[in-house]
Amino acid sequence: MKRFFAQCYIWLLLIILYAPIVFIAVFSFTESKVLGNWTGFSTRLYSNLFTGDMQGTGSLMLAIENTIFIALVAAVVSTVLGTVAAIGIHNMRGSTKQAITFMNNIPMLNPDIITGVSLFLLFVFLHISQGYLTVILAHITFCTPYVVLNVLPKLTQMNPNVYEAALDLGATPFQALRKVLIPLLKPGMISGFILAFTMSLDDFAVTFFTRGTIGLDTLSTYIYTDARKGGLTPELRPLITLLFVGILILLIVINIRQIRNSNTENK
Amino acid sequence: MNKRSSWALPYAIFLLLFVALPLVLIILYAFQDGSGNFTFGNFTKFFTDADAIGTFALSLEVAIENTLICILLGYPAAWILSNKKLNRSAVTIVLFIMPMWINALMRTLATAELFHMLGIQLGKGTLLVGMVYDYLPFMIYPIYNILNKMDKSYMEAAADLGATPWQVFWKVQVPLSMPGVVSGIMMVFMPTVSTFAISEFLTNNKIKLFGTIIQENINSSMWNYGAALSLIMLVIIGMTSLLQDNKKEVAGGTV
Amino acid sequence: MTNNDYIIEIRNISKSFGDKVILDDVSINVKRGEFVTILGPSGCGKTTMLRLLAGFGQADKGEILINGVDITGTPPHQRPVNTVFQRYALFPHLDVYENIAFGLKLQKVPADEIDKRVMKVLKMVSMTDYEDRDVESLSGGQQQRVAIARAIANQPKVLLLDEPLAALDLKMRKDMQIELKEMHRKLGITFIYVTHDQEEALTLSDTIIVMNEGKIQQIGTPTDIYNEPQNSFVADFIGESNILNGRMVKDRLVEFVGHEFECVDEGFGEDVQVDVVVRPEDIYIMNKLEGAQFTAKVKSCTFKGVHYEMYVETENGFELMVQDYNAFEPDSEVGLLIRPADIQVMHKERICNTIEAEIVDANHVKFFEETFECLPHSGFEEGEKVKVEITFSKVDLIDHPEEGMLSGLVHFLLYKGDHYHLTILTDEGYHLWVDTNDIWDKGDLVGINIAPQDIKIIKSDE
Repeated sequence: MKRFFAQCYIWLLLIILYAPIVFIAVFSFTESKVLGNWTGFSTRLYSNLFTGDMQGTGSLMLAIENTIFIALVAAVVSTVLGTVAAIGIHNMRGSTKQAITFMNNIPMLNPDIITGVSLFLLFVFLHISQGYLTVILAHITFCTPYVVLNVLPKLTQMNPNVYEAALDLGATPFQALRKVLIPLLKPGMISGFILAFTMSLDDFAVTFFTRGTIGLDTLSTYIYTDARKGGLTPELRPLITLLFVGILILLIVINIRQIRNSNTENK
Repeated sequence: MNKRSSWALPYAIFLLLFVALPLVLIILYAFQDGSGNFTFGNFTKFFTDADAIGTFALSLEVAIENTLICILLGYPAAWILSNKKLNRSAVTIVLFIMPMWINALMRTLATAELFHMLGIQLGKGTLLVGMVYDYLPFMIYPIYNILNKMDKSYMEAAADLGATPWQVFWKVQVPLSMPGVVSGIMMVFMPTVSTFAISEFLTNNKIKLFGTIIQENINSSMWNYGAALSLIMLVIIGMTSLLQDNKKEVAGGTV
Repeated sequence: MTNNDYIIEIRNISKSFGDKVILDDVSINVKRGEFVTILGPSGCGKTTMLRLLAGFGQADKGEILINGVDITGTPPHQRPVNTVFQRYALFPHLDVYENIAFGLKLQKVPADEIDKRVMKVLKMVSMTDYEDRDVESLSGGQQQRVAIARAIANQPKVLLLDEPLAALDLKMRKDMQIELKEMHRKLGITFIYVTHDQEEALTLSDTIIVMNEGKIQQIGTPTDIYNEPQNSFVADFIGESNILNGRMVKDRLVEFVGHEFECVDEGFGEDVQVDVVVRPEDIYIMNKLEGAQFTAKVKSCTFKGVHYEMYVETENGFELMVQDYNAFEPDSEVGLLIRPADIQVMHKERICNTIEAEIVDANHVKFFEETFECLPHSGFEEGEKVKVEITFSKVDLIDHPEEGMLSGLVHFLLYKGDHYHLTILTDEGYHLWVDTNDIWDKGDLVGINIAPQDIKIIKSDE
């Protein structure tokens, strides 16, 4: 009986939480310009999305490309910078270590708007004209801490003598890094990369303040301007649906892998 | 061995340039007028502007209300999810976590459109409901995490010492799960108090929150005033994160 | 002395981390093919010494030679030594074969030669057929074998072993000890073995180096170390022992537990305070009282498998540990006898606390960064550098650190038959030695008080 009520509560919350997304997904299969107005089943919006044949200017496609490009560059740079930094931090002691971990935490604790405004002021102060470069730098700023946080535990879990064992067996420091350290840090680097990538994809506020006035749009800023203009581009509905399904599949795959991994470990 | 600590140097320089310096700049700009002279004017302007103060108070109010609602709805959910007797499926947890991975703007937009279609007038009510939509998963996840990892022998020990299930819950589980609640508060309160786009969508621009004022000032080149407002927000955030640090120290000190 | 006799020469090595001195002017010579064990409690500097040999870290002072070549500044990958790490440090992303072949591949040894050598060392550690296994699927003992195989596959001149058996259970440890000894014989190379287990050291080694607090306490063969400990630390650390305060009456005659005993030691001088060590198995215990040197009452008797372990109390209140194959009933009167050759007499490191101090005023003196009240003195000026002497038994220890003039912790303790001799480490990092009848444990926090009349001020030598 208790279990029944508990399950009811959980599923009620889930139904309410998912209602808007389901609603968008349902109306992605009709052509109506206004949401909530069912004008018959159609996959036109989907085909429009893929052919780029839209009532708009096709700037949505450009925004998607920008988003992916920026996220890729930011995630790659963050992963390299963050991994090297994590190795350094792991070997630090005392107050310098505390200082750098504290600084590393700031971008994660700071609300996006503060990060955005402060970086905006930085670029104004340094007279750097804002565009791709500033957006990517800003994304690296808030992505790298997540990489550091994902790699550091791998370093602490690692047997501290493993790197030394490699040196002891005749590896140069560079060989020890390439053949022992990097392979062992790889899981942390990968999860750091994925986190950095999704953080960058997701970002709105920081991009908004650092993109300048050259008309650079990512998906988030595109949606924002679009929504403020009053009319939501109908093609966003299939896009949201597709992204949602994509992430759903990704998460399920990751979880199944985790469960499998923990099962084999138990054996 | 010590040589490898120097590997952090590039990142340390990066942090100084892109984290420390920008924050210093906020403070610098906040205490300057348009021509670069030192002034308290930006702050007097804010504290004498009834509209701005009203917006500030409203932002705090909405953020606190949102956080409270999220705790009230989220704690029981997290508790049920972590309880093996009540919930055996891992899928439900994934379903709760998933919205965290989806662009908040898109989710908000979807929520606003749903309100629109249902014919609900956009206003403070929809703002709160929409925010709970957006941030509930961020409250459930950390609480679930800590409850799930909690050593079951604490509960068994309490029961063994004569506590009823209700007492076990209130006297053992709730106090031990406080760190999860605190990080939940951080993850919900901070973004709500600083949001701007979300509130615009959910109220059709009828209600302005503090974040929106910052954004408007920065965008209309009122950098100094915008910086002063950002600094005020930073102080609020700083005070909230102190809450978390103290909690951590308390938890560490009892070991 | 020709360099050729020694494969390793460690000359005057010192190393500190911050304020803490880990190694204090350590010099060791190791002969080619020897099995040398560095033995000491945790934190004595033994692992640091091994790491300096392997090249993980630089000494502050001194030099290390291997095969007559100064390698003090050589990076680890260019040193002709290999290490077996305490927690194995196997590469978890490589299988057994790849772990062992790691060093050989780096040396660009041809593939078929690698194959041969890997199989050879696997056979040596009795792990044939395990080459394809994932290292994390192996048991602790098996991982240990792979770690040894990996280190010897590189054919080092010296094999360094850092507490390699510490993580294994007792039975496995015993088996591995025998195998290690056998391996050492077959390989013919030098082994440097670090452990805190005295039994292991006695079983395995040709030479034992006992270390404590960064200093070498004694170097010798296992029998030397056991039978003739040079100080009370070594006596206490190696095996069971009764350590007692004694007085050298004259050559070949020493007094302790209130009796005079014949001994074999000479050259201490007359009427000199010494420490006396008697191993519990060297005290003869018998029912009849005639013919005994002294008598005692049995307080407890415990069966230990091969022998019985008994605590006896002499008529003048000294407690001794005695081991014998026969049991003696508690409360029974027994006669005891110790042969001259079984009495080991050692110089006392100190007979009271001598501390550098400074006169503050007529009845105050400052030492250990604290000002103490003392009796009015004469002949000393304000600010004069002096020394104070405090008898071990006059230092008062109390439970609450905050109530003492000084606070510190019990760093080391030694039972001396009728009292405990404690080494106290003060919060400011000074050592103070205390005799007490109260029971303290190692690591206890204590407050320290010293009464004015117990502070004796003497002129500084300089």
